[in-house]
Amino acid sequence: MTSQSKFEARTVTALVEDRPGVLARIAGLCRRRGLNIASLAVGHSEQPGLSRLTFVLEGPPGVVNHCAAQLERLVNVIEAKDITNKNHIWRELALVKVATSKETRVELLELSRVFRANVIDIGVDSMTFELTGGREKIDSLITLLSPFGIKEVMRTGRVAVLRSTLFEGEDDGEFQATRNWVNGLQHEYHFEPGVSGSV
Amino acid sequence: MGKKLTGGDIVCEALLNEGVDIVFGLPGGAILPLYGVLGRYPELRHVLVRHEQGAAHAADGYARASGKVGVAFATSGPGATNLITGLATAMMDSVPIVAITGQVGRAAIGTDAFQETDITGATLPVTKHNYLITRVEDIGPTIHEAFHIARTGRPGPVLIDIPKDVMQEEGSYDHERDRKIKLPGYRIPTTAPDYQIDAAVELINESERPVFLAGHGVIISRAFDELRELAEKAQIPVVTTLLGISGFPENHPLHVGFPGMHGEAYASLALDDSDLIIAAGSRFDDRIVGNVNEFATRSKKIHIDIDPAEIGKTVQVDASVVGNLKHVLGQIIPKVDRVSRPEWIRHVEQLKSDHPSLHIPETGNLSGQHVVRGLSNVTNGKAIICTGVGQHQMWAAQHYKFTEANTWLCSGGLGTMGYEVPSAIGAQLALPEALVWSICGDGGFQMTMMELATAVENRLPVKYAILNNNHLGMITQWQELFYMGDTQADAYTANPDFVKLAEAFGMKGMRVEEIDDVEDAIEEANAYPGPVIVDFVIEKVEHVYPMIPAGGSIKDLMEDTRV
Ligand SMILES: Cc1cc2nc3c(=O)[nH]c(=O)nc-3n(C[C@H](O)[C@H](O)[C@H](O)COP(=O)(O)OP(=O)(O)OC[C@H]3O[C@@H](n4cnc5c(N)ncnc54)[C@H](O)[C@@H]3O)c2cc1C
Ligand SMILES: Cc1ncc(C[n+]2csc(CCOP(=O)(O)OP(=O)(O)O)c2C)c(N)n1
Ligand SMILES: [Mg+2]
Repeated sequence: MTSQSKFEARTVTALVEDRPGVLARIAGLCRRRGLNIASLAVGHSEQPGLSRLTFVLEGPPGVVNHCAAQLERLVNVIEAKDITNKNHIWRELALVKVATSKETRVELLELSRVFRANVIDIGVDSMTFELTGGREKIDSLITLLSPFGIKEVMRTGRVAVLRSTLFEGEDDGEFQATRNWVNGLQHEYHFEPGVSGSV
Repeated sequence: MGKKLTGGDIVCEALLNEGVDIVFGLPGGAILPLYGVLGRYPELRHVLVRHEQGAAHAADGYARASGKVGVAFATSGPGATNLITGLATAMMDSVPIVAITGQVGRAAIGTDAFQETDITGATLPVTKHNYLITRVEDIGPTIHEAFHIARTGRPGPVLIDIPKDVMQEEGSYDHERDRKIKLPGYRIPTTAPDYQIDAAVELINESERPVFLAGHGVIISRAFDELRELAEKAQIPVVTTLLGISGFPENHPLHVGFPGMHGEAYASLALDDSDLIIAAGSRFDDRIVGNVNEFATRSKKIHIDIDPAEIGKTVQVDASVVGNLKHVLGQIIPKVDRVSRPEWIRHVEQLKSDHPSLHIPETGNLSGQHVVRGLSNVTNGKAIICTGVGQHQMWAAQHYKFTEANTWLCSGGLGTMGYEVPSAIGAQLALPEALVWSICGDGGFQMTMMELATAVENRLPVKYAILNNNHLGMITQWQELFYMGDTQADAYTANPDFVKLAEAFGMKGMRVEEIDDVEDAIEEANAYPGPVIVDFVIEKVEHVYPMIPAGGSIKDLMEDTRV
């Protein structure tokens, strides 16, 4: 293993064109810069033809910080934001299939209530929980379920959004981040939108 | 409604509407439907190359010399893969190229069909963008989009892969309809926001020892006049990068030279002694920066670049300005104070006289430096100069006194040997009246010398000066300096007779072995109306100085002790 301990994790969201090959371009860029895609979630966005991605990237600090700017260079990427230091909320979803018997079933159901996990499937010798939340919450449930015998864990990547502001005119720190000429962070500039006739 | 045409026709119509007049290429099965209609478009001149790498480099030379987009055609499979080195060269140096490749028929894609290569997959990292077209109606819009992407913003190569059957199918083309571009994720920075300009202006006005690090962006954005005006108004000495050469006239008193690994010592020292570096359209390449932690530690840095992803990529900066350099310099000029900085200017002059890095050691034998000096004298610093990669390239950069804008073409970022032969063909086609000299290494020349036939066939009077040391000279140098003198695989003991080779190609061939014969030979070559090879037999083993080893800093500067 490389010195992964020196790696830093960043949460990046991106709005991208929904067409073949786009993910390959993004993955290629991460690979080139030696970044590990720790998790990835992709789905349609609110705008037709565009998808939204959330990924958690791990890599050396100087490199991983720079990733959003590099992603924006891709023609099919409409915008990419490193939201790690911004006020955001995020969730993961996990499906956990655990071994059961008559003796353990009640205890497992009790656990699921505490964690507000849904039971979505019950069989003779196993049941499956559905849980959403932060990573720690999901990790804790898995730890507590382990003694019963976990058969399968399926976790989605993280999905994230910036928090709304509570008061008019207040910003969540994002404005500041783009106004400062922070090395490796996003830069503001004037531009011609790429929608005109050819120049 | 557009006219009914085949896919191949649509390619040609769209190219003509993009202003294309020359295409470099070589046919093959998958692209034959395009070649099949080429005869209907006599305004599109097709230059048949001997190898597709030559097509890509010629398109690159054409693009750098003209500022227009260079175009290359190749067939599927091996034709397309032969383009890759040329695309990577253009990608590294931000050169606009559109490459059009044939692909196997749609039904055969993904089946390991004859001459099938996933060329869009293979060229992902070496193109600014690429396309695989699957419908004939996409050909027109895609070509216009590709040119738009190649030439705007930070320029770069774009590849369009078109399956054979799509080029045979009938479709329609309508310029007005097909030129409408919709690229929501593509933005072209123009001017910079005022607060960025103001921050940069403040740093410039506060500084006592500012210096420009002017790069390839000056040439790409044609910001020659703006750079000069700002340098003169605020008395800022101009260091250029290797690719910034010919962005600022070398006979100007504020010109300092290029820094870094093989740059002039005084240019590296000027950066180190400065209190402010204004990187303008240059990307702090590692051959300039060396050890990041020891690079110009006493200076603040302003980075002006059109590509936001370049800011802070290697060197942390104090102010960044994102925009087109030509506009940005125009925004800065009226806001900076007109000042004189006699002490700083004197200091830089002193550096120049204390470190005359460009003295040629007098061994009595002909060396590469003599040849470049001779070329510079005879052509008055006004020729178009192409080079390969290696020692001859460094000597060309150091000793040719460029006085005209955009006259220096070499592969900087990828360092592609073999660039010297085809790039000069492209440059000569772009500038038919210009005097084009290619300064070649004997190694690089032999990588692409088959393209001499292309020069002859197209009656291009390109002059090739081979700095023939019978060595991969730069390799010899590194092995002697950094591998304990254990030279391996660096010598060519059976180079061809380049004079006879010239004759075999139908060119004029000459050989020069004495210092005193250099300028006469150059005059003679200039006077000859066709292409010429001059085989300059130079010192076999000679090092390029000054040198700062890779990853080093100004403290590691090595200068020639013989001068
Ligand atoms: C054998 C060898 C030795 C070398 N030694 C040296 C050396 O000693 N010194 C040296 O300097 N180099 C050296 N090089 C070259 C080096 O590798 C780089 O290619 C070079 O330094 C890059 O120069 P650049 O940043 O100006 O150009 P590029 O790499 O072309 O970068 C251009 C920059 O300008 C920006 N830009 C483009 N258009 C615009 C615009 N319109 N407005 C604003 N910005 C724009 C781009 O985004 C990019 O950041 C050497 C190369 C070889 C092969
Ligand atoms: C295609 C390619 N292969 C290998 C290299 C590594 N390389 C850099 S300089 C050099 C020697 C070049 O020899 P030559 O063209 O004779 O030029 P010289 O240094 O002798 O002037 C080599 C092999 C390269 N830059 N490009
Ligand atoms: Mg050589």
